[in-house]
Amino acid sequence: CGSLSKDPMLKKRDDFEDILEERRNSSDLKYALRCYTPVLYKGVTPCTSSMLKSMVLQSDQLHYVINQVSKETGKATDDIKEEASAILEEMAQCLQLSTVRFFAFTLSKAFKTLFRSICVNEDGIQRLQQAIQEHPVVLLPSHRSYMDFLLMSYILYTYDVALPVIAAGMDFMGMKFVGEMLRMSGAFFIRRSFGGDKLYWALFSEYVKTMLKNGFAPVEFFLEGTRSRTSKSLTPKLGLLNIVMDPFLKGEVFDVNVVPVSISYERVLEETLYARELLGIPKPKESTSGLFKARKILSEDYGSIHVYFGQPVSVRSLAQGKVNRCQFNLVPRHIPRRPSEDIASFVNDSAYRLVRAQEENMVLKPWVLVASLLLQYHHQNQAAGQKRGIALGELTAQAVWLRDLSRQYGAFLHWPDHIPPSEVVSSSLTLHRGLYVYTLKQHKELLSQAVILLSCASYRNQALHVFVRPALLALAIHTASSNQKQEVFNSFSFLRNMFSNEFILCPGATVQDFEEACYLLVKTGALQFTQQEVLVTERGHRTLAFLSTMLDPFLQGYQVKETLCNGCVMFCVQKGGCVHNSIQRSREHLRIGLKYMEVLSSDLQKNSLAALLRLGAVRKMKG
Amino acid sequence: MPKYTKPPSHLQEILKWNGWGYSDTRFLFNKKGQAEFTGKRYRLSGMIIPALQNWFEGTFGASVQHKSPAMPILTSSAVQPPTLNEAFVDELKSTGIPCSHDAEDRVFRGHGHCLHEVFALREGKVGRVPDIVVWPNCHNDVVKIVELACKHNVCLIPYGGGTSVSSALECPPEETRCIVSLDTSQMNRILWIDEKNLTAHVEAGIVGQELERLLNESGYCTGHEPDSMEFSSLGGWVATRASGMKKNIYGNIEDLVVHVKMVTPQGVIEKGCQCPRMSTGPDIHHFIMGSEGTLGVVTEVTMKIRPMPEYQKYGSVVFPNFEQGVACLREVAKQRCAPASIRLMDNEQFKFGHALKPQVSSIFTSFLDGLKKFYITKFKGFDPDRLCVATLLFEGDREKVLQHEKQVYDIAAKFGGLAAGEDNGQRGYMLTFVIAYLRDLGMDYYVIGESFETSVPWDRVLDICRNVKARIIQECKDKGVQFSPLSTCRVTQTYDAGACVYFYFAFNYRGLSDPVHVYEQVEHAAREEILANGGSLSHHHGVGKLRKEWMRETISDVGMGMLKSVKNYVDPKNIFGNRNLI
Repeated sequence: CGSLSKDPMLKKRDDFEDILEERRNSSDLKYALRCYTPVLYKGVTPCTSSMLKSMVLQSDQLHYVINQVSKETGKATDDIKEEASAILEEMAQCLQLSTVRFFAFTLSKAFKTLFRSICVNEDGIQRLQQAIQEHPVVLLPSHRSYMDFLLMSYILYTYDVALPVIAAGMDFMGMKFVGEMLRMSGAFFIRRSFGGDKLYWALFSEYVKTMLKNGFAPVEFFLEGTRSRTSKSLTPKLGLLNIVMDPFLKGEVFDVNVVPVSISYERVLEETLYARELLGIPKPKESTSGLFKARKILSEDYGSIHVYFGQPVSVRSLAQGKVNRCQFNLVPRHIPRRPSEDIASFVNDSAYRLVRAQEENMVLKPWVLVASLLLQYHHQNQAAGQKRGIALGELTAQAVWLRDLSRQYGAFLHWPDHIPPSEVVSSSLTLHRGLYVYTLKQHKELLSQAVILLSCASYRNQALHVFVRPALLALAIHTASSNQKQEVFNSFSFLRNMFSNEFILCPGATVQDFEEACYLLVKTGALQFTQQEVLVTERGHRTLAFLSTMLDPFLQGYQVKETLCNGCVMFCVQKGGCVHNSIQRSREHLRIGLKYMEVLSSDLQKNSLAALLRLGAVRKMKG
Repeated sequence: MPKYTKPPSHLQEILKWNGWGYSDTRFLFNKKGQAEFTGKRYRLSGMIIPALQNWFEGTFGASVQHKSPAMPILTSSAVQPPTLNEAFVDELKSTGIPCSHDAEDRVFRGHGHCLHEVFALREGKVGRVPDIVVWPNCHNDVVKIVELACKHNVCLIPYGGGTSVSSALECPPEETRCIVSLDTSQMNRILWIDEKNLTAHVEAGIVGQELERLLNESGYCTGHEPDSMEFSSLGGWVATRASGMKKNIYGNIEDLVVHVKMVTPQGVIEKGCQCPRMSTGPDIHHFIMGSEGTLGVVTEVTMKIRPMPEYQKYGSVVFPNFEQGVACLREVAKQRCAPASIRLMDNEQFKFGHALKPQVSSIFTSFLDGLKKFYITKFKGFDPDRLCVATLLFEGDREKVLQHEKQVYDIAAKFGGLAAGEDNGQRGYMLTFVIAYLRDLGMDYYVIGESFETSVPWDRVLDICRNVKARIIQECKDKGVQFSPLSTCRVTQTYDAGACVYFYFAFNYRGLSDPVHVYEQVEHAAREEILANGGSLSHHHGVGKLRKEWMRETISDVGMGMLKSVKNYVDPKNIFGNRNLI
């Protein structure tokens, strides 16, 4: 990672402009029909989507794989070609300006009802414009909502930037009409899994590369692979990143610009849906009728959205000194090969860096801090067996303390400083009334209580990337057997390793993370270092308590998992089955007295199981 | 100090001491700001080149008002006094072989034509140079000199035409022994011509144009024409694995050489016959060719010769873009019908060539030019900022040439190529002979530059051209160059399995405190880019000391070991101590 400036307080960020403001003051129809003339990549030759398809089908790569498959299966090459052509038909986008205009119109209407504002950093757009002219561009937005990619295209249309082609999951194709609409607005569809299917992989990677290399359009996909249901960034998926970096590594383009985009929702449309899903209530299948049923959300207030287009990252500069590109010199480049070890680890490192770049520019609303405080307060109360609320004054005071702390840690906090803090806190409470009212009411019904707590947790999670490193250190100090620096580091390193499926912690960056955490805690006066020891200062106790409490639910989740696994090894038929079993088990445990509802989250369970598997604490068995 | 004798023929007297080529020949901007090419030696000599100033100022952001003149003469005090091995000098004198330790003679042989070498000379800066220059007259003289060098442990650096662009002639600064420059220029005779076998036995000090001139007198030629052939020597070609413009007909140096004689510290190495091909283990010629003066001195070479061609014709083809041009060259190579020379210049180089058009004398010619331009850009719709041009040279029987020409133009047409006349073609080739003079002009106005080359498989030609050019531009920007550089290339040779690509790169260095260092960093980066894109370390310039650092990855550890063990056997005391290559 190591992209951090020494002092996070000094991070420069651009200002935002609300793009809905103009929409509220002028005709949407005119806007949808206006002249759209984006600037394109310098070398681009105009090319239709059908030309793209034939370029893919005629590529050396595909010829090679078709012959290979034919040899392996005994099928005639013509049959395989036909198959390939059909797959490509199912996959390919067919971007049409008329559809884009349709969306521009309808989304304007919808956005205005749903959101107070959609704020975009215009400097970022300028940088993107520049980047698109120079090199092929890959857009990497964070993924929290179905809204994300429509929103992206909407913004790019608004600013006259080239519209992207977007990698979308095949599940959208289930929605008949909508699927085709999305295709015409630039989406192309990939099957969720195609493990050993050489032909599919070749088609897919060649299709993406062809679009990228020719500068046909910016390629957009989600590094996290799927929507994060917890508002925590997901560990990156590497398949597509591998594909878009390949043309650079093989010298087919001079460089590729990767642009991380951070989309922060004040309230995600899928808020409660996610919590239910995390609790094991299966997600409804994407269907057009489902979409219409969801329209009732139109009557609610979802606050504002902030979209931050980050600094374009040059793949060339990322790879500088990390990858020896000469490794492609000895075999023709169209022959598919497994990425070598250095490339695999380069892509992995880059992916983490990019997710962190997304995280860094996520806008945090005051509510995120309030939710974090309320959750901790709730759990303390619960432990003490009390059932009372918190005075607004006290909450405000704590929120102000946390505001200052998070700013010192470099959070991109949108706290309106011109408004008195008590008003800031109460107005954010109003927007999320649905959540905190129940939180305080202590609902009797276990499941709906869990839904609310998990929703709250998802807001707290938005701030996790700011606190996670110092929090791990706080926890390490707490659990280490002594104050010795080395002991603390060992304990930090153990915890970090354990949680590496849970949080975005760059592989191999333990020392950097430790130093960063130390730096922040020392800077804010919470810690002191002597020659050998780590000392918590007088005023540091409050900070450290807050930080380690923040990770408490996760810690308990992992502990529970461990105990459970000890009991249920026999049930581990397969991963899915195990998770299901554990949910059952957890529910039982809950009756015994579990402090944190979050332990019920399937995400936490999945991550903890993966971690335990990785650490060799449990083993997968077949049979 | 005793007086030494200098040899009678001394090319040095008519050449520049701090730049390229003949003293009487140079580009300059006259009082009207127009470019002029002085002297009488070239087709372009004595002509006004009206478009050059505009191109020069526009391309580099330079101005003819801002001069950066060179030091006019060498001050002897800038040259360190020679370290002489008295015993060696005494014995050498007793042999009667001419030698000198004049500062001018020593400085002249202490450099090649890399940018940093010429730049330093223009500033009057001189580093370590040879301590003494000797001019052997024949093979036996060389044998004597090498024996004496071994006996007295002095360092020998062979010197041919001095056109090296790989720092091969630079004296290693760490060398403490007396350094002797062994100048082969007096060994410039054709010893015999064998018309039955079509071979000529030639002394290795002969320079290219002299060799061709003498052979032409008997109706023959070697056909070996590297761009440097006016000054480079046969021995130098062998020592660097040179390549000639017309290699498609005549072959590269390794195809032309039948027999080589080289004097090494262990004695003379040569084959016992003049056979066209042998199966006798690894070819010992391949230890000699490309040895870059690290093993010995090449003294005599038997080369293939050919009857002079009956007919020569230039030609050119305009393509809508570089991609189409490369595709056409690839097809020509595939069909193995490449003319004597076929080169594809990119758009920038095409414009460069265009800027060198001399003033036209008749209105008719300029009208025709206008018409051609109109036809290509307006009627055919070629984008003047993308089109590129291939230059062609056909050679042979008149009838066959015409047939061949048609075949090539037919292929070109399939790739959208339009025949664009002989004149464009001829001017393209002229560019290669005057480019080095142009560099001197640039250096008079704060512009420095260089060319470098590589070879690359066909499937990577486009990628390497694009990426290396882009890398140069990016590095210049990153290194603080204030003006955008000239970064251009041409595909200059075709082979069955790939092509040779030549890059020109130059920039305006106003505002830089250490322009040469910046230049070297950019060139270094460009070479890394070439290697990362599957290009070779060198196609024909050689390695010298400039590209030594990449030898190991180029030929593997074992390869290095093999070369080193040969060096250790042949020259255990490192008498040939120029430290090139390994």
